[in-house]
Formats: sequence, structure tokens, C-alpha cells
Amino acid sequence: MFKKLNNIGDCGIVCDFGEEVNREINTSVIKLFYHVKKEVLKGNLNGILNYAPSYNKLIINFDLGKTNSSQIINFLKSVDFSKLNLSQNSKKWTIPVCYDFEMDLENMSKTLKMSKDEIINIHLNTDFFVYMIGFVPGHPFMGDLNSKLFLNRLKTPRVKIPPGSVGIVEKFCNIYPYESPGGWNIIGRTPTKLFNKKNESSPCLLSPGDSVKFKLISKQEFEKLTNE
Amino acid sequence: MNNYFFEVLRPGINTTFQDKGRFHMQHLGVTPGGCMDLVSFSIANALVGNTPDEGVLEFAYQGPLLKLIKGRTKIAIAGNVFFQITKSNQETFNGECNRTYALAEGDQIDILATKQSAYGYMALEGGFAIKPFLESVSILARAQIGPNEGKKIKTNDKINIKINSKNKKNFLTKVSNNNKNTIKVLKGPQFHYFSKKSQKDFFSKEYKISNLTDRMGMRLEGTVMENIVNTNIRSEGITKGAIQVPANGQPIILLTDYPTIGGYPKIANVTSADYNLLIQKTPGEKISFKLIELHEAEQLYKEHLKSISEVIKNIKEIN
Repeated sequence: MFKKLNNIGDCGIVCDFGEEVNREINTSVIKLFYHVKKEVLKGNLNGILNYAPSYNKLIINFDLGKTNSSQIINFLKSVDFSKLNLSQNSKKWTIPVCYDFEMDLENMSKTLKMSKDEIINIHLNTDFFVYMIGFVPGHPFMGDLNSKLFLNRLKTPRVKIPPGSVGIVEKFCNIYPYESPGGWNIIGRTPTKLFNKKNESSPCLLSPGDSVKFKLISKQEFEKLTNE
Repeated sequence: MNNYFFEVLRPGINTTFQDKGRFHMQHLGVTPGGCMDLVSFSIANALVGNTPDEGVLEFAYQGPLLKLIKGRTKIAIAGNVFFQITKSNQETFNGECNRTYALAEGDQIDILATKQSAYGYMALEGGFAIKPFLESVSILARAQIGPNEGKKIKTNDKINIKINSKNKKNFLTKVSNNNKNTIKVLKGPQFHYFSKKSQKDFFSKEYKISNLTDRMGMRLEGTVMENIVNTNIRSEGITKGAIQVPANGQPIILLTDYPTIGGYPKIANVTSADYNLLIQKTPGEKISFKLIELHEAEQLYKEHLKSISEVIKNIKEIN
């Protein structure tokens, strides 16, 4: 259940679930997100243009020509959280990763005082939950990593990170869908396309609330999957 | 498919296909995008008799030089734009915005510059023959999605048009320019992160628009905003017109192609009624902000929509 509802500009509402960031709170955010999405697609909520879940907030954007903030707030207040469900919407994925493309394992190994293999094993054995997708198309933020792997962002972000790079910061793991600048600690790379515009009806692989497990692949398998 | 098309002789600085935008996708990281100036977009489409959803060409500062190689068409340019039409017999004349022109095979349209404004629009009768992606023809160049492989228009591109126009009638309307430099805003969700002095400064000092301004954001230069809580927040969803303040204290207004989530505190949010006025401001211009309440913003937006429908209602045939 959200703690506060506020307007953001004249065509947005923030459903604020509190300051804490954990899987339980994020699950509530995502349940509400799926509910709003379903109601919009059924045609029950005229004028809503977007619904963007993040760690602890859901932001709803609407067309001020068709609805307004008090109508959306009234709808949100009427939602019965006990009836919302996530399991029917969330999918399970296995994403291949090749650790030969790491950029930071050496430094991480020194900082964390554990071997590269130990870091890789923790990563491979984590059941990740997709907290949110955003910034650019298809970009997932997943958790929770064991606190033994807790690391900050790089002091100097890299100017260019290749697409498919898998990074970690704090308890989160991300995958860069596009070549971009970035400050995450890069531990490997996946050949899986997170945003495939050739798949026109549903180009984005992951959705908020999905589960992800990584599977180790060799450089040869990486090349083979990339060329497929 | 027919084969009526323009050839691009010069692409202009930032020429893309755009419509209202791509919605219901922000949760997957896809920003809505769409026309920066939705008012000029609506007027351009209405002049050529299109539905309000038809895709148009958007250009910034210097627009394209296009030659109609095959077919006939009718165009309308909206915004505040200096352009010329050169007929196939080499006769050249200056065009007027907010009216239609019939073009025949061999005619050229040269969109030279936007005047005291950033964005202009060209609509075609029947529209461009371009393929939508996720129900929109808006190009998002950063993610390479939309028609034309999601890329800006370039020299020698072929721009296909849907119909061969037989309609000889031309139309015009009158649009009044709003040159105000005060942008009305609402308080942002982290307004209280800024010191009392900064809260006061934000609404009393002027800000200069920086050269680092594009479809994604407008950077401002002026009085530094002093954050007394935290210069980062947990990343959260973004709304068009959000004014965020990173650690250096210089505000950035997030525009139409905004990143879908962001982690900087937001001091204010531009009202929908003033968004069009804002995005037509150019680097070097100075703006200031005025705080209003939600009910005023809602009322002003109603008046804004009414003024657009007046302009469209007043479209008249040229005799």
C-alpha cells in the first residue's frame, strides 16, 4: 500500500511507498503498476499515458486534456491492495553471461578480498528480481546481491560500455542494452538482446517483477549466440 | 506501394519524423517522445486536412532542403520559419507559415531557419509513407527506434509520401506568437530539499538557456540552487517538464525525449500550458519561473487547448 499520493506537475501523480528499498515494497509497487496497466488497457481509465514503477514509487502520467489529478487520485484511493496479484504477470528468465568480458573483476577481487571465482559464483547463484526497467529502453535494475558483494559506483565513470555488459553496484545488477557511458562495475557480458526492435509487438525482453538467473557461457558460445 | 517521394538535398541539423508520441511504454524504458511543439504540429496537420495523429517532419534551427522527385503534394509549414519554394521553372519565392502550398514534380522546398524559435514542422496532405514502431512514427534517435531506422534524416534519403494530391485549394490561418519569458511552474516533489534562500532565488532570478540543450533536456545557467538534504535521490519515474538539480546546483529541464527514470531532486515542474512556450526558447535567451497552484495550471491548460482549437476553427480557404 502506498503511503502518500502527490501530484508531480499538472499531469502526473506519484504513488509513494516510503523511503525503504526492498523486494517486498517493490513488489507492492509492481502489483499496483500491473493493476493500473490492466485498467487502462481495458479502457477503464481514460487519459492515462504512462505508468512507470521504480524501487519505491509508481509515477502515472496522464493527458490533462482528458483527465486530471483528482480523478486519478480518486481511482488510486479505491484500489483494494489485498486483491492485487503479481504471479500471473511475472516471468522467469535464464540469461547467458560470459565473464571473460569483465572489466573490473581484478579490482573487485582486491576490494572485496575474495577470488574472482567466488564473485562469479555468488552472481550465478543469485535469484534476481527485476525492480525496474528504465533510463533507456530495456535497461533492467535487478536485486538482491549478497551484501558480501556490496560495491559503490566507479569513481570515474567509463565513457563507453559495450552493449550487453553486466554490471553491479550495491545490491543491484544491471545490463546495458545500448553502448553508453556508465559507472557500474562490469563483471561480464550477455549476447541476449534486451531490446530487440525486430520483435515489433514486444521488443523488451524483461518486465518489472520478472525473475532472472544467470547461466555461465564460454567465449565460443558467446560468439555463436551473438551471430544467431 | 506508390512511388511518390522527395529527395533530401540537405538534411538540416536535427530533422526527424514525429507525431504525438509513443505511450504505455515508459515502464520498459521507452520515453514517449513525439513533437516538441504539439501546437504547431496540430496546426500543420489541420491545414492540410490530416487527422491530428498524422506524422510530420520536425526540424530545429536549420531545416531540410527537399526536392519533390515524383508526385504532387500539398504542404504546410507551422512554427516561426523562414523558407523558400523554388518551382521547377526556377521561380523562387518566400513562403509564409500557417498556410498551404501545392508542390509539383521538380519543385523544391528550402527550410532555411527557424526565427526566434527552435522547432518548426512540415505536414503533407495525406501524410508521409512511414512505418510506425509501437504505434508511433516518432523517431527516438538515442535508442534508434521509429521510422528511417530510428535515425535523423540525412542527405540523399528518399522521403515517401502517401498520396498524389489532386486538391488544388489552399488554406491559411492566423497564429499569434507568445514571446513571454516567464514560465509558470508547480512545486517539484523535492522542493523542500533546497534552502529557503534558493527557493526564493529560483522564482526571482533569471536563468540563461545553455547551448547544451536538445530534445532530451534544457540546461540552465544562473544562480546555484543550494541543496540542504541530498543531491541524489532513489531513481524514480520522470515527467515531461521536470526541473531537476544535480550536484552542481544548475537546473536542467527534462524535455520531450526525457530519460524514463532519474535520480536527481526535482525543484519544480513546468506547467502543461507553458511547455510549448518554453521549448521554443533558444540558447542564450533568459527565462524566469513563476510559481502557481495546481488548479490554476489546470485552468490555464483548458484556455491553452481552447486557443489551439480557435486557430484550427479559423482555417480559411485562400481565394
